[in-house]
Amino acid sequence: MKRFYTFIFVIFCYLLLASCNKDIIQRTSLYPTLAPSNIDLNADTWKPILATNPAAFTVAAPDAVTSPAYIADINEIKAYQSHLTSAQKTIIEYWCVGSVLRWNEILRTLVAKHNLPPYQNTDGTYPFPSSTNPFAYPLFPFSNPPYAARAYAYVSAAQYDALVTAYHFKNLYNRTAPYNFDSGVQALIPKSALPSYPSEDAVVAGASVEMLKLLFPGDIDFIEQKATEEMQYRIMAGANTRGELVAGQLLGTQVADLFTARARTDRAGKAIGTPAQWVALQTNATSRGDVYWKSLESPARPPMLPLFGKVLPFLFDTLTVVALRPGPPNLAGSAAFNTDLAEVLSYSKNITRDQQAQVEFWADGVGTYTPPGHWNAIAADEFAKQNYSEVRWARNLALLNMAEMDAAICCWDTKYFYFNERPSQANPEVKSATGVPNFPAYTSGHSNFSGAASAILTYLLPDRGTKFTDLANQASMSRIYGGLHYRIDCEVGLVTGNKVGQYAIKRAQTDGAGN
Amino acid sequence: MSKSLLLFLCRYSIIICFCLSNVKMACAQTDGDALMITKNFYCAGGTYANSSWTNYWEGTFKRDNLNLGKVSANTYSFIGNYGITSKLNIMFNAPYVSTHASAGTLKGQSGLQDLSVTLKWLTYQYSLAGGKLSFFSIFTGSLPLGNYEPDFQPMSIGLHAKSAMIRGLLNYKYNKFLLGASAQYIQRSNITIDRNAYYTTDLVYSNQVYMPNANNIALSAGYLDQHIYFAANITKATTLGGTDIRKNDMPFPSNTMNETTAGAMFKYSFSAISGWELLAGGNYVLNGRNVGQTQTLYGGVFYLFNLSKNTK
Repeated sequence: MKRFYTFIFVIFCYLLLASCNKDIIQRTSLYPTLAPSNIDLNADTWKPILATNPAAFTVAAPDAVTSPAYIADINEIKAYQSHLTSAQKTIIEYWCVGSVLRWNEILRTLVAKHNLPPYQNTDGTYPFPSSTNPFAYPLFPFSNPPYAARAYAYVSAAQYDALVTAYHFKNLYNRTAPYNFDSGVQALIPKSALPSYPSEDAVVAGASVEMLKLLFPGDIDFIEQKATEEMQYRIMAGANTRGELVAGQLLGTQVADLFTARARTDRAGKAIGTPAQWVALQTNATSRGDVYWKSLESPARPPMLPLFGKVLPFLFDTLTVVALRPGPPNLAGSAAFNTDLAEVLSYSKNITRDQQAQVEFWADGVGTYTPPGHWNAIAADEFAKQNYSEVRWARNLALLNMAEMDAAICCWDTKYFYFNERPSQANPEVKSATGVPNFPAYTSGHSNFSGAASAILTYLLPDRGTKFTDLANQASMSRIYGGLHYRIDCEVGLVTGNKVGQYAIKRAQTDGAGN
Repeated sequence: MSKSLLLFLCRYSIIICFCLSNVKMACAQTDGDALMITKNFYCAGGTYANSSWTNYWEGTFKRDNLNLGKVSANTYSFIGNYGITSKLNIMFNAPYVSTHASAGTLKGQSGLQDLSVTLKWLTYQYSLAGGKLSFFSIFTGSLPLGNYEPDFQPMSIGLHAKSAMIRGLLNYKYNKFLLGASAQYIQRSNITIDRNAYYTTDLVYSNQVYMPNANNIALSAGYLDQHIYFAANITKATTLGGTDIRKNDMPFPSNTMNETTAGAMFKYSFSAISGWELLAGGNYVLNGRNVGQTQTLYGGVFYLFNLSKNTK
């Protein structure tokens, strides 16, 4: 019996020890250090989005390398490098994978943090977040999928233009990086032949901070702390002087101002609509002979951003939005409608574990970075293998995210033009494997986002074959499995999304960046 | 939210409810009581538990949710225990759980939950002030029986973590009256979910979720004679870490799930030795954090077999 007790004890201790190391390795911590295979020195000739004239911006000539200011900057680097703390080394490890990549992740974090629908008032109405008072509940913004798609697009586009403009001045001033200039400065990251004035990291940070002040005004402390750390990283790594960073941040801010000005007038601010407009949507649906959409939430929540379809797209004009709008969905009660509804009900009742996993993987609902954020994460995992320069990172993410925003605009235009019911409204027996979004069914947002994203990503990374198309199909199908969409919502959504993606491809083919 | 509902309900609550006693023969014992089965006896039984909540706590904010209505779980447990010796018992519990929300669209989930296996060791026994003081060392391991989805709270049937638990239980019996106090530490493994990124207080890029460990303490008082066992208890369960559900967010497996629960149970044995036993009880969450204010009622039937060769 003593042996038996010993046995039990040993087994138990083993179990305890085996479960002790619970550290989670995030895949974003395994990205390689940025080491561009091509520094894209000609990026000043690439086609910008809004900042078409670099001469419109002020970047003062850098301090002469013999000036006391420059020598002081070099000494600052040496001072840091002589006693790097472990916390400072952690900052270097974090930022060395790339500025555009990390700012994209920061934005995804902010989206997930703010992707929470407001809690109802005691009278059953809902409050709306206010950008003028972002700290009061409900916190501003509610970064739902359209808001998020637009945020990703503006930040990426601003970063891209800021870098293209920065390249103009880099080539103009042709300043050598500190680690190449002074043999006493160590290069703690791979050396680059790219002129270092103004700093590309600082340009990206300056543009990002300026955009995020507008989009996530309640998180400005967090955002500025990230920018400060990044500037410190460039100095500690021997890659930039403070003067190069200050000039870069200033330029990034100026370029971003073009985008904040556009954002303030792109009609997103009016996308919530008015109660009278919400009622008109119902009338429109009824006049088509359809059953109009009702919120499945209790208390009933006003529809999500019904006028987002009127927002100004990046890749085409608003007339094209109307031209891209697909034909109507099957009318409620029609034979085709009933067939689709029966299919959804069947999945709802008989969903397999694998299908459920697909639903959860792509759910991207409340508290997540949304479907456009998911596609950013997918793109980032792939781009990180490509040894891109910062400017190519920015260009490719801008293409992706302009496509995502424009897909959101087209999708929302369609949803509120037809304003039809979700499967669970048509038949309450349809139970969902994730939350039902608070907007009409036709067409599926996931399908539009995925169709657009897979088109541009397949163009940018042709060696990935059908990888992105397969993912898009999975994302789309997951919405039928989950009981959220009719098949027609998904199939048509993929087609429209793909059409939007073609506009991004067209731009990519002519922007001067090559593939 | 239903996290703790499911976790504590399905696995521990029933168990905790049975606190106490140290009789010669008691069939329906659990990993939280002082009941022991004699050498070579085997007890088999089944319990049914219905638990439900309408209100829950988002962090410390108590609310209802009209998109869920009343969230309920039905748990059918297959339970067995065996006397290796009179001082060392082994027991198992395999629950089948099915969940349902009375409102909204979320689909109820069902399936086999987690198998738990417990070794209960009567470590010390003293005579004290006319009664008997006992100390038990109780080791439990549990692991999921199926591939159920833990990241669909509050409908998921469990958390899908592997757990190793150790409990110390002190029990004092004076005539037919019992007093007990216990403390348990629960080491939990990380879990794998279907997503590969999720937000807690930061965005985490992994399909692995860090699961904080947990503990609980329980006090109980009871009465025991040849046929009747009655006990009342209070339990405080604490998650050692984790995050709060943010306002109007979905719950997540690694939320901080704390609760204080009061319960009572009653058991009737038709005979003093082998034979049938009936069990009934309930418990209620008095206060909590990121859990439902769950009310549970349960009942069960057990049969005690004598497997020793020298008995006919």
